[in-house]
Amino acid sequence: MSRFLFLSCLLLTTLIVLAQGGKHNLGRVPTPEELKARDISVFGTGEGLPAGEGSAKEGRGIYVVRCASCHGEHGEGHGANPPIAGGLRTLNSDAPLATVGSYWPYATTAWDYISRAMPYQAPGSLTAREVYSVTAYVLYLDGIVSESEVLNAKSLPKVKMPNRDGFVADPRPDTRTLTR
Amino acid sequence: MRSASRRGFLIAGSGLAALAAVPKTWGRELGEPVRPYGERSPFEKSQRFYHKSPIPETGASGTPLQDSYGIITPSALHFESHHSGVPQIDPAKHEVLVHGAVEHPLILKLEDLQRFPSVSRIHFIECAGNTARDLASTPRPNVQRSHGLVSCSEWTGVTLATLLQEVGLKPQAKWMLAEGADACRMSRSIAVDKALDDVIVAYGQNGEALRPEQGYPIRLVVPGWEGNVCIKWLHRLHLVDQPSMTREEAAGYTDLMPDGRSRMFTFVMEAKSVITRPSGEQTLPGPGFYEIRGLAWSGRGRIERVEVSTDEGQGWQAAELQEPQLTKAFTRFRLPWTWDGKPTTLQSRCVDETGYVQPTHDELLAVRGKNATDHYNGIKIWRILADGKVSHV
Repeated sequence: MSRFLFLSCLLLTTLIVLAQGGKHNLGRVPTPEELKARDISVFGTGEGLPAGEGSAKEGRGIYVVRCASCHGEHGEGHGANPPIAGGLRTLNSDAPLATVGSYWPYATTAWDYISRAMPYQAPGSLTAREVYSVTAYVLYLDGIVSESEVLNAKSLPKVKMPNRDGFVADPRPDTRTLTR
Repeated sequence: MRSASRRGFLIAGSGLAALAAVPKTWGRELGEPVRPYGERSPFEKSQRFYHKSPIPETGASGTPLQDSYGIITPSALHFESHHSGVPQIDPAKHEVLVHGAVEHPLILKLEDLQRFPSVSRIHFIECAGNTARDLASTPRPNVQRSHGLVSCSEWTGVTLATLLQEVGLKPQAKWMLAEGADACRMSRSIAVDKALDDVIVAYGQNGEALRPEQGYPIRLVVPGWEGNVCIKWLHRLHLVDQPSMTREEAAGYTDLMPDGRSRMFTFVMEAKSVITRPSGEQTLPGPGFYEIRGLAWSGRGRIERVEVSTDEGQGWQAAELQEPQLTKAFTRFRLPWTWDGKPTTLQSRCVDETGYVQPTHDELLAVRGKNATDHYNGIKIWRILADGKVSHV
């Protein structure tokens, strides 16, 4: 076999192996604009939070108009909608009340959830500034932030939630397993 | 709803009544012509159960397990749980973005996903909150309402491992945030180890396209894990170095322990079994032969053994397991039984391939307390009264 033929065969084999090794060349590459528009992820560290800011003072008016009919004026809940405030120091009691204030470990979770899923009838309709303001107001209901404290991408992840250290990893199985 | 769930053993009687009413020309009338999409017989009334709610887009409907045969749940009866309603999605306009810590971010349409190498696998999906009321000792009256938030289908799609190989994971890709296109943009974080293990990006269910309430056109099937992570109407996969701490993972599906601490990322649905026949609200017409039938499943693998007690838990007999016994799928069990007409209880317990034994209610209560209502998998006991009526204990 000539040296050229041998190398050609080797190259062809390599190409076939590469083609079978995972690349199917399907779909298309997203544009930078598409990536920016679709990426709404927010993390406990604060990564992903957008520009903008707001305080409970500004949030009160938005909350009354957009949130209170379901969640109650003071976050006490209404009908099928559970309370979102209250319940601090009840988690180890006979009647635990898990709310944003008493239970949620990260303030960023409230921002993320309000931004992506609230108000229930019109999710995604609040601006970033409104979400910061309403988040601040919900936290203010439980005294976690003051009325004038300004929340933004830098300050929100630093808010210490009361139940921040209240979670453990999954220890299961926690009942009987037969030994083999 | 009530009549459907009460059919039980009384169905034989209603069938005789229907026979008595047939016209004289029985068997000689021309039937219906062919049709493009089949429907079940109008005599079949089994349906999902749900409560009417002031916020109907948020809720769940349960599978009528008492009426099911074998291990496949008909797509139309697969349980549902939504947090902001069922979106109607035109697959021609739907895209899945895969991005973040990957070498080659991609946008894929349904037709792209369908061109990748495909798999079909049978798996159960169970809501974390299934059987929650049994922990509280205020169980629902029948198996559909106590255990109906679990179903089992054959899912077809491309493995997530294939997709992640296609985009190329960077070393910092440790978690994957999956997001749906429903109004609330449901989102959950899944560890990359699991994503590369056995997760399916599914577009098919039981031989046809997914039903809208099951995530049409594309959903995740995360075998053995709580249903909420099986993101429906999937439109984005974000590879990242940490879990996002979305509402459902940081608060929603956590388990509150008696000491006030909570377990987070309790993904696996542990082994569970339940007798579906005879079960709550059914009536045994009289003493005699019955085949006890039920279902068992485990999020950790295959069901290895199911034992049934017909005498208040004193003796346990091995039930026959229907083949194939698949991993993270329903396994049908059966035990022949002759009822002597005396009051008793029926219960089942299963062991999976890891040796995990389905615990009793009291064992779980002792370890987790009364507030850890999600992920409850205790043994279910049905009481048989002297008149043949079956109720929960």
